[in-house]
Amino acid sequence: MTPGGTPGAPGVVVVTGVNRYLGAHVAARLAADARIERVIGVDPAAPNPELAGLLDGVERVRLDLGSLGGLLVDLDVDTVVHLALVTAPDPQQGGRSAMKEQNVIATMQLLAACQRAPGLRKLVVRSSTAAYGASFRDPAVFTEETEPREVPRGGFGRDILDIEGYVRGFRRRRPDVTATVLRFAPFIGSTADTTLTTYFSQPFVPTVFGRDPRLQFVHFDDALEVLHRSVAEEHPGTFNVAGPGVLSLSQAIRRAGRVGVPVLEPGLSGAVALARNLGFGRYGLDQVDLFVHGRVVDTSALEREYGFTPRSTVAAFDDFIRAHQGGVVLTRERLAAAERAVLDGIRQVRAAVREQP
Amino acid sequence: MSGLDNGRAVANGRYDVPLVVAGSGDEPARRDGRHPAPEPAPDAQGGFGSAAPGQEPAPRDAAVPERAGDVWDRRVASGLAFLRRRLSGDYEVDEFGFDPELTDAVVHPLLRLLYRDWFRTEVGGLEHVPADGAGLIVGNHSGTVALDALVLSAVLHDRHPAHRYLRLLGADLVFRMPVVSGIARKTGGTVACNPDAERLLRSGEVVGVFPEGFKGVGKLYSERYKLQRFGRGGFVSAALRTGTPIVPVAIVGGEEIYPMLADIKPLARLLKLPYFPVTPTFPWLGPLGMVPLPSKWLIEFCPPIPTAHLTDSADDPLVVFNLADQVRETIQQTLHRLLERRPDPFGP
Repeated sequence: MTPGGTPGAPGVVVVTGVNRYLGAHVAARLAADARIERVIGVDPAAPNPELAGLLDGVERVRLDLGSLGGLLVDLDVDTVVHLALVTAPDPQQGGRSAMKEQNVIATMQLLAACQRAPGLRKLVVRSSTAAYGASFRDPAVFTEETEPREVPRGGFGRDILDIEGYVRGFRRRRPDVTATVLRFAPFIGSTADTTLTTYFSQPFVPTVFGRDPRLQFVHFDDALEVLHRSVAEEHPGTFNVAGPGVLSLSQAIRRAGRVGVPVLEPGLSGAVALARNLGFGRYGLDQVDLFVHGRVVDTSALEREYGFTPRSTVAAFDDFIRAHQGGVVLTRERLAAAERAVLDGIRQVRAAVREQP
Repeated sequence: MSGLDNGRAVANGRYDVPLVVAGSGDEPARRDGRHPAPEPAPDAQGGFGSAAPGQEPAPRDAAVPERAGDVWDRRVASGLAFLRRRLSGDYEVDEFGFDPELTDAVVHPLLRLLYRDWFRTEVGGLEHVPADGAGLIVGNHSGTVALDALVLSAVLHDRHPAHRYLRLLGADLVFRMPVVSGIARKTGGTVACNPDAERLLRSGEVVGVFPEGFKGVGKLYSERYKLQRFGRGGFVSAALRTGTPIVPVAIVGGEEIYPMLADIKPLARLLKLPYFPVTPTFPWLGPLGMVPLPSKWLIEFCPPIPTAHLTDSADDPLVVFNLADQVRETIQQTLHRLLERRPDPFGP
């Protein structure tokens, strides 16, 4: 799967956020790679029992990212994979302020620790295509060089811009470290559980009236593959990671056999923000902006640098549909049956009319 | 949609919703005397049926076996298969959101009625549009509602031997408006910005641009066929950077469809529109005022201006302005020539 015998393969890898879905899977995958000596999973939170089974080969340290400095030096860590990002505020865990604390402050602390670790050779940071923001003047396809035209309104988008800013600073101060920033499109797949997968799992899906945004997804397994290669090989730079191709939202909803329910745009942002502040509703301004503007990125830089093409957005979405058949309103079979019934009906009526004198 | 909303959407979009024409109740004369199919089926009927490519009447993947030899049976079956494909999401859109199936099956047939039967459009110089590879088509903009862009795209697709799709570049206002933005993207449009233009040209598409923008669409009837300023010439630098030939096109007839007699500026400011038109029929007749007047249209594509040798000068303002002026002059002179050929704006 991964080209073997790479000289850049690291000895000791630290993965942050291993008590989350992505972190646990990445750590498990790196631990299974024989070229990597040690995988150390770091997370300030208590272990998640659902993911514990994955982490058998991973040494786990329950540690705040602020006190990571000693660990990096003591264990002679040469690679840090930073995955501990929170994509949506969780009212049970402190809401938006805790989310910002975890995303921005923890990343600052991690980068400060990395800067002082002389043995560090490689840094891989998870980012998001939310870094491009959302504006009506945006080009249709974002390349890695596109600057956001407006600062995103959503909290996650703003956090991502901050995080990338800090990584830029780190690159300046430690040019000897290979820094890879991966801007992931929203994850989707048979098992991944994200805001968007729960959104598409409902039988009736809210959409914004008169908008049909273009969406892109990346399959969870492909995201793992890219992260694995980033650790095992040398790929300095910033890369978009998304499945080639595009699905429009209406098309995705129809393919999933759900029913879209258009919601009027004026006042929607305010209503969403209010619902969020009151502690219910899973969607925030990040989602509203995505569903108004859509987001499509160019992945040719990834394909050139990694020699790897993620499966297409359509294929990734189909994989998700196969795993989430519950709650389907309209299936293709039902539509085909309805088509057959209508056509047969018309043919019968026409035959009857023709037979009459 | 209320009359006002409709008026607003129509009055300032570079992409107009063709509903106005479909709903006007006018049954334009048909050259072959046949009637349209009731379904939004890809209609192979019409004066130049051969000009509808990829619309074979038999559906490729019908769920029902068809009976041979019955035109209506096939039409109904293909219409139903089309509906099923749409409802199950079984179609493709490109990265700009262009949906060729919807464009072929719904939008172009409506526009065909408009430009062929209502405007009696005559087209010349199609050989100047490249049959394969990129081309940048630059036209004059007119008509209060930018029907000219839509007509140009339908004409190019129907009449050009290679049936090329015109990828229009629209003002960001078009993409701000709900519904209109969706239609614009699905029919192949995108925001007028250099990254998008260059991306389309690099992938070998024919791109259509109207550098006058709202200055051209929103000018008064008294200034008809006088080309307005061409902006910063961004379209020229896009062509230069990609070495794409520029094909100027002159469109006569667009100015008379909604002759704008006055512009109520305070109302436009209130509605955040670039202008609020007063025509002989709008807003006096309400929705009826949105029926375009049946002017006679002439469209002439001019010989392409090659740019491949100037690729290095894309950032040289002098080269860019000179080329923009050359394009502007060509269009203006062709407009005068076409106007001499058409003494009566509403002639046959």
